[in-house]
Amino acid sequence: MQLRTRALETILIEKGYIEPAAIDELIETYETKIGPRNGAQAVAKAWVDPKFRQWLFEDGTSAIGSLGFGGRSGNHLVALENTSSVHNMVVCTLCSCYPWAVLGLPPLWYKSAPYRSRTVADPRSVLRDFGMELPKDTEIRVWDSTAELRYLVVPMRPTGTEGWSEDKLAELVTRDSMIGTGQPKQPKDLG
Amino acid sequence: MNGGQDLGGTHGHGPVEPEANEPVFHAEWEKRAFALTLAMTAPGGWNIDMGRFARENRPPGEYLSMTYYQIWLAALEHMAKEGGLVSDDEIEAGHSLQPPKPVRRILLPGDVAKVLYRGGPTERDTNTKPIFGVGDRVRAKNINPLTHTRLPRYVRGHVGTIERVIGCHVFPDSNAHGGGENPQWLYTVRFDGPELWGADSDATIKVSVDAWEPYLSPAT
Repeated sequence: MQLRTRALETILIEKGYIEPAAIDELIETYETKIGPRNGAQAVAKAWVDPKFRQWLFEDGTSAIGSLGFGGRSGNHLVALENTSSVHNMVVCTLCSCYPWAVLGLPPLWYKSAPYRSRTVADPRSVLRDFGMELPKDTEIRVWDSTAELRYLVVPMRPTGTEGWSEDKLAELVTRDSMIGTGQPKQPKDLG
Repeated sequence: MNGGQDLGGTHGHGPVEPEANEPVFHAEWEKRAFALTLAMTAPGGWNIDMGRFARENRPPGEYLSMTYYQIWLAALEHMAKEGGLVSDDEIEAGHSLQPPKPVRRILLPGDVAKVLYRGGPTERDTNTKPIFGVGDRVRAKNINPLTHTRLPRYVRGHVGTIERVIGCHVFPDSNAHGGGENPQWLYTVRFDGPELWGADSDATIKVSVDAWEPYLSPAT
């Protein structure tokens, strides 16, 4: 695959269709600049700021845009509220649609057949694969990202975090908790 | 198309296997395949719907046995050849053999951040009104196009409830095949688990898809 990719890249550069520096910048952007820290910031802010929280659920794109995040795979953002009776999970059964702007590029498991096939049919078994069990009367809302809307799960704020700064709260917000396949860290996990 | 990519509800794929401390890319070539795909949309004049169809348009056995970025690279090669940008003999040689096809624009390094931040919004103005409103019961049509669609098989023929009227958005079924954007009203439609998976299945599950108006008919 290395040779095949390099061959294609060589041709495209020779033809003048692409500039190597643009390729490098795209890679660097998604390896280092755009990632789940963006989404964690929005979640932490929603945990402390009731007006931002309301804005986030009413108009995710604008609220998250106010933090400076958006653009590709993030032009149409919808925030989903986890409660004690409703748990949200996001999937793209047809390919790998994922809110790049707030979470970066998706992990391999999100793009693979087990997750894509089973989340819409038996989400509890998927959660078990992540070591997570929900009460059997919890409603599980699965959102299949079939259009350009991109979904961000807002998990519930862990207890024992009263008075914490947004930065410290953001450290509790895991990538998986914003997809719906995990819960945020607990205060004791920060050590 | 009813291809290998339409995975919702299929069986036999095994457990979800998260990788601890997974890197963004697993190999150098994956980074290049990713970035080349994004960068080539400008000279290629392609849209995301064309790209999705190019990735899914292969025998299901291939789709399921190729890795994620192998599919991306294969689709990119195919689109580049179809678009007359590269030829088979050039790919075999690993070098350009003919003069380039003139293209209207390319992605310049200085524009990467701006282009990514602009993204690809799909909402369009319209004079039309949505047929459906929140709370309406709708049936997902039993359509089976050979071409690109975003209505998964597992909802077709089933009855759900309009949860949200999203807006008027570019319609992938047209946009993927040179039919233009043809924007249509887009809705979030919520289905009860048992409606999709059988009366004995878990009643605590609700699944929603985002469906364009041409995918839906009123449910009586």
